[in-house]
Amino acid sequence: MSLIEIGKLSDIPRQGARCVITPTGRIAVFRTAEDHIFALEDRCPHKGGPLSQGIVHGGAVTCPLHNMVISLESGHAMGADEGWVRTFPLELDGETILIDSASLAALAA
Amino acid sequence: MTRKLVIVGNGMAPGRMLEHLVDAAPGRYQVTIFNAEPRVNYDRIMLSPVLSGEKGYEEIVIHGDGWYVKNGITLYKGHKVATIDRAAKTVTSEPGVVEPYDKLVIATGSVPFILPVPGRGLPGVLTYRDLDDVNAMLLAAQSRAKAVVIGGGLLGLEAAAGLKMRGMDVTVVHLMPTLMERQLDEAAGYLLERAVEERGIKVMTKASTKAILGKDRVEGVELADGTVIPATLVVMAAGIRPNAGLAKAAGLTVNRGIVVDKFMATSDPDILALGECVEVEGHVYGLVAPLYEMARVAGAKLAGEETTGFAHSDTPTKLKVTGIDLYSIGDFADGEDREEIVLRDAAAGVYKRIILRDDKIIGTVLFGETSDGAWFNDLKKKAVNISDMRETLIFGRAYQGGAPLDPMAAVAALPDDAEICGCNGVRKGKIVGAIKAKGITTLEQVRAHTKASASCGTCTHLVEQVIALTLGDAYNPAAVQPMCGCTTLSHNDVRRLIKAKSLKTIPAVMQQLEWTSSGGCHKCRPALNYYLVADWPNEYADDYQSRFINERAHANIQKDGTYSVVPRMWGGVTSASELRAIADVVDKFAIPTVKVTGGQRIDLLGVVKEDLPGVWAELGKAGFVSGHAYAKGIRTVKTCVGSDWCRFGTQDSTGLGVRIEKFMWGSWTPAKVKMGVSGCPRNCAEATCKDVGVICVDSGYEIHFAGAAGLDIKGAEVLGLVNTEDEALEHIVALVQMYREQAHYLERIYKWARRIGIGEIRRQIMQDTEKRRGYFARFVYSQKYAQVDPWTERVSGKDKHEFMPMATIGLAQAAE
Repeated sequence: MSLIEIGKLSDIPRQGARCVITPTGRIAVFRTAEDHIFALEDRCPHKGGPLSQGIVHGGAVTCPLHNMVISLESGHAMGADEGWVRTFPLELDGETILIDSASLAALAA
Repeated sequence: MTRKLVIVGNGMAPGRMLEHLVDAAPGRYQVTIFNAEPRVNYDRIMLSPVLSGEKGYEEIVIHGDGWYVKNGITLYKGHKVATIDRAAKTVTSEPGVVEPYDKLVIATGSVPFILPVPGRGLPGVLTYRDLDDVNAMLLAAQSRAKAVVIGGGLLGLEAAAGLKMRGMDVTVVHLMPTLMERQLDEAAGYLLERAVEERGIKVMTKASTKAILGKDRVEGVELADGTVIPATLVVMAAGIRPNAGLAKAAGLTVNRGIVVDKFMATSDPDILALGECVEVEGHVYGLVAPLYEMARVAGAKLAGEETTGFAHSDTPTKLKVTGIDLYSIGDFADGEDREEIVLRDAAAGVYKRIILRDDKIIGTVLFGETSDGAWFNDLKKKAVNISDMRETLIFGRAYQGGAPLDPMAAVAALPDDAEICGCNGVRKGKIVGAIKAKGITTLEQVRAHTKASASCGTCTHLVEQVIALTLGDAYNPAAVQPMCGCTTLSHNDVRRLIKAKSLKTIPAVMQQLEWTSSGGCHKCRPALNYYLVADWPNEYADDYQSRFINERAHANIQKDGTYSVVPRMWGGVTSASELRAIADVVDKFAIPTVKVTGGQRIDLLGVVKEDLPGVWAELGKAGFVSGHAYAKGIRTVKTCVGSDWCRFGTQDSTGLGVRIEKFMWGSWTPAKVKMGVSGCPRNCAEATCKDVGVICVDSGYEIHFAGAAGLDIKGAEVLGLVNTEDEALEHIVALVQMYREQAHYLERIYKWARRIGIGEIRRQIMQDTEKRRGYFARFVYSQKYAQVDPWTERVSGKDKHEFMPMATIGLAQAAE
């Protein structure tokens, strides 16, 4: 497995997200209030909204289009909603955020 | 034959007595009440929250007009009784009503003690006794000037806190060395002084008032040591005296108060007296619990029931100042036969002291943490020998018998006869019994049936716990609609508490108001962010992460994740060069759709996020700023061409529209605000279905508001007619500011107006010049911080991260 650097922790505002463009689509990288980081496919399972643009609260993000709430950890819709979005493992080396390229390749496949 | 009962006074004690009477013996009497105040019976204990703005008058009414009608009671409002003729058995009111009685009840209450110092009669010297006093103080507080409160007791401190919250500069002058010395020991008095001073109230102890200075009205207070404190308002809160003058003139036995036996009978067997005006077994009373006990006794006597007589008991003292918790009861003086247990936690500002004699509690003083007050009081009342738990007693109920219990368990462990509501003397068993017998499920019903938590409300939490324990999962405390799942508080409560507790950050709100989630949710965070922006324009640092994406990106997100861009066109007026610039931007960025909006603007749709700063930079060169088409804020002012071109136009509607928009742009509001100005009643700008609209007429400007043409269709209401453009602007701005200060987040003007009342809004904006100017001034002040073009800021590099991907991974890298 090879890790690719995608940025620094401080590049992402707390309770915010940034996008990473990959050959197969956009990934949203989230940072919570407690500095946990998560990566999700930037596509809401409901109507494809960009999750990276949502409000981050606790360990979840609310899609900006129709308020579906997605767990950052599991990628599953929370509450009464159903749906699932792909997650990607991240590693934090000091301040540096790394993503496993193998998981991206799997996306491409 | 029905007998005639006449009651002099309509305060809380006779009100409660009548409740007992109509319950126990309906129709036994034909009841007539004379009230010197021109109103119904209200909760006098709650005047302090009214003064501070935490409650409104309507919320503290105990018996509305309907109650008197329903019970066939005649109430003379504003009738002070002048004389009682015991021989003829009649009373005569000052306006001249003569009423015969078979039984008479005197409940004239108390009068404030006025210090016998020079200047006490000057205008601007007030007491703190009834709603008229509160209204007078509120009027004085509008000046935001200096106030002196004489007296550092319960009433004085509540008055001081209220006036401070209304924006006055307040000094408390107290004769004794520590505050509330009759209810608190020195240490607690000191902590209280510090807590009061932390609120920005100055405290002067050992200060004797020598004179009140001023020529035509109050200008200051002079102390015995020569110090002069300037003031435009002086509140005398140096104590109360029984109001026994009427009884004395009628020849009844009067000592400090009207002397009654323990069944409330005066020296004339046909006349009863109760409340603060009486003296029973040498005691006079000023707190509500014993007064309600008197009411119970008097009500039973009048109903012809057997009853136990009134018995003296200690009443706990609590201060109704938000954020200051204190509790004291019993005897806490030092003495040789006494021991004490003291706990101090300086960091938390906690002080607890229990006074013991012969291993029994005789007094308790709690400051900063008062949840165990009821338990200590219970031990005291029952004279429980505490020697077995002496080591842990001071830590409270939860620490007795091993591991700490959760708060619900503490309530569960309380015996049935433990007092829950001190004001009304309601015990736990009575609440539980009422819940089971009557199928009660809400706090309101408990209040209605048992009176628990119906007076000062400090025990509300305990009562809710009792309900929860009794009903289990069947209890749904959401009697008020909470703001979201993170809190039980309503939008109203949160807005009020943000001001009352001076909460100035989102974490502070969540901490102080005990949010149940760590970081809020997508419902409460944007609401809190707005409330803080609106309430503290110069201090609050806008939290962009708590804003919906449109307000973070300053553009409207579309279904495919692209954005739309709407530049501002003041009043809907544009020019060839502006249109040319827009055309160039559309070409340069290959913007797919250009559309004219309902608010007379041009919308550029389908801009990818990364292009936004570039689009704005080009538009900026042509002089465009953000049109805020994405904001819960001031959107557009739609206009017609008015007197410049139109043969029917009566005024320059376009000019006024542009002027309003230039004055108000940039302001954040609870929900979007769309406006319109039409030059004549033909109303081509459709101003009468806008949030705020103006119809120009020959004689001036007719202002409309609370229209809707979206989810709901609603014609606007008329606010009023003004003569000049300047006045129109002032009234519109004031209206919008009132809305900004009061509405719930996402509540449009028409919904807010429905909640507040069209009449009330009209009264405050059209009739109350002071209020209107106040709103106007606060809007202007907040605009200093709001009128910054967000597009220009972002073109210059602000929030760069928002518009750029963090990284781009190439195909080769990804395939590695």
